Amino acid sequence: MAGTDTKSSAAATVAGQRLALLRRPERPVHLSVTVALVLFALFALPELMSAYYTGYMTLVAIYSIVTLGLGLLVGRVGLYSLGQGAVLQIGAWTAARLLFATGQPFPIVIIEAGLVTMLIGTVIGLPAIRLRGLYLALITLMMAGAITVILATVNFPNGGGGFTGYDGQQSHIPPIRRPSIAGTDSAYYRYAVVVAILMFILVYAHLRTRPGRAWAAIRQSEPAALAAGINTTYYKLWAWALASFITGIAGGILAGDAHYLYSINFSTQDSIILLAVALMGGVYNLWGAVIAALLMQLLPAVLQNLGVNYAWLTILFGIGVLQVLTTAPTGLADQFPKDMKKLGGLIWRLVRRPQPGASASASASGGAGGGST
Amino acid sequence: MIEIENLTVRYGGVTSLDGMSLVFEQGTCGLIGPNGAGKTTFFNVLSGFVRPAAGTVKAFGTDLLALAHYRRARWGVRRTFQTEQAIEDLSVYDNVAMVASPLRGAARRADVLAAIEYVGINVPPLAKVGTLGVGKRRLVEVARAVAGKPRLVLLDEPAAGLPEEETTHLAAVIRGIPEYTGALTILVDHDMSLVSAVCSTTAVLDFGKLIASGPTAAVLRDEHVMRAYLGTAEV
Repeated sequence: MAGTDTKSSAAATVAGQRLALLRRPERPVHLSVTVALVLFALFALPELMSAYYTGYMTLVAIYSIVTLGLGLLVGRVGLYSLGQGAVLQIGAWTAARLLFATGQPFPIVIIEAGLVTMLIGTVIGLPAIRLRGLYLALITLMMAGAITVILATVNFPNGGGGFTGYDGQQSHIPPIRRPSIAGTDSAYYRYAVVVAILMFILVYAHLRTRPGRAWAAIRQSEPAALAAGINTTYYKLWAWALASFITGIAGGILAGDAHYLYSINFSTQDSIILLAVALMGGVYNLWGAVIAALLMQLLPAVLQNLGVNYAWLTILFGIGVLQVLTTAPTGLADQFPKDMKKLGGLIWRLVRRPQPGASASASASGGAGGGST
Repeated sequence: MIEIENLTVRYGGVTSLDGMSLVFEQGTCGLIGPNGAGKTTFFNVLSGFVRPAAGTVKAFGTDLLALAHYRRARWGVRRTFQTEQAIEDLSVYDNVAMVASPLRGAARRADVLAAIEYVGINVPPLAKVGTLGVGKRRLVEVARAVAGKPRLVLLDEPAAGLPEEETTHLAAVIRGIPEYTGALTILVDHDMSLVSAVCSTTAVLDFGKLIASGPTAAVLRDEHVMRAYLGTAEV
């Protein structure tokens, strides 16, 4: 459908082109599939899922925000971060502290947590002004390690006093509160999905406008970006700030989801797993972030349900990353529709060969082809 | 008008530009010289990638060297690169729209579309640059260089690797830039036929030193220039 789109605007006048640019009637099939999936996730899924899977799907919504931020850094700007797990911890810690200490509404608290995380995360991103690739990844990994150690020492807030909000003597630990409209697990799942959607829209809006252009230029050629008047330092830090902000918000949702936070639940290894699943899901496509979160959170739950030790996952992820990097560098989100299209075409050709009586199966394969676009 | 005075650039022990003093008046000016003569270094100084050891550059009354590199584009410096630097992930429109511009809103969109139309690229503005051939990508770069009210357009071997008919088209585009934008255009190229077809005046660099400048036809006949290019022994 992109073909007909471009052909028509080629023939159009400047005025027509201008109109086409403003409207950008992009991929209607893609849009309807997105809307359908979002509606399904919001309204149908909570009714269908058991309590077990509701909990894990909430984590999927939360971690899709984290991998969205990581995908933004890696895929759009070309900055490899191995510190996103730590950034998530900062968001969770800040939100928990604020939820215990103040009576502010939940949404205000998670925005504040996002802003605090944005500040600290941007500091973590400062080396990115000069460094790229392996060195940047290494430095962010070390920062993540340092933050994990610090938070393990000060502990996560449990309703105590002082700056840290931790009281080791406390016998009754109050749970971290949730928003009043999302007290139950399935309501909280919906809440997390809505926040995730808002974060995806925020990032999408960035990608479609000036920052997105600047990031694409920086990723391919910094000299070209500079020659076009793009302040590369500013836009790199902006990317870091945006990724940290949404990751901080994810941390806030995570705090409300968990009710109780312990430093033992966070490890530096999480940051590495995050990069692995983000690469597998695909960092050049927003859907990649959702797939990455499914791989990271839902897959272990499914395996556990089936009685498979989920330690196998580390091996599986290793193989997965290798597979993706060698055969499909753009990740599953880009590769899967292509494969489905190929499969659809294959089935189409198979069923077309015997001419009579093929109408029923032909329509089925047509449906598969349409859904893959 | 751009006045360059005593411009010197050193990389360690290598003197890449050696006390270059030159005035580019207006229109399209050529800058030629053998490999390693300092042509690209000169462009890098103007666009801020290289800090000169000495010298001043005054462009239309502004001290260019005092501006940070990304601010020079806002002031009106544009350049293309020896190896083409169109951004593959972006559309033709976005590739041109990424350049700094004093225009806003609808005027800016119109300016970007006009630049795309001016270079005669003949593909829809929303086409991804990654799908285009090298000739079209060069034109995208030139479109970026003429958008957003430029004052100084630097073209670094824009015709490198292009077949003849595309070079002819490019020559017409480059010749029209001063009229289209009002900007002073400086063209670096090895292709003498392109330079003599496009440039009214030409300067010649050799080993970082200016060895000739003036009307293009006269410069190309100059004996120092012949010697630099053909390697005649000094007597």
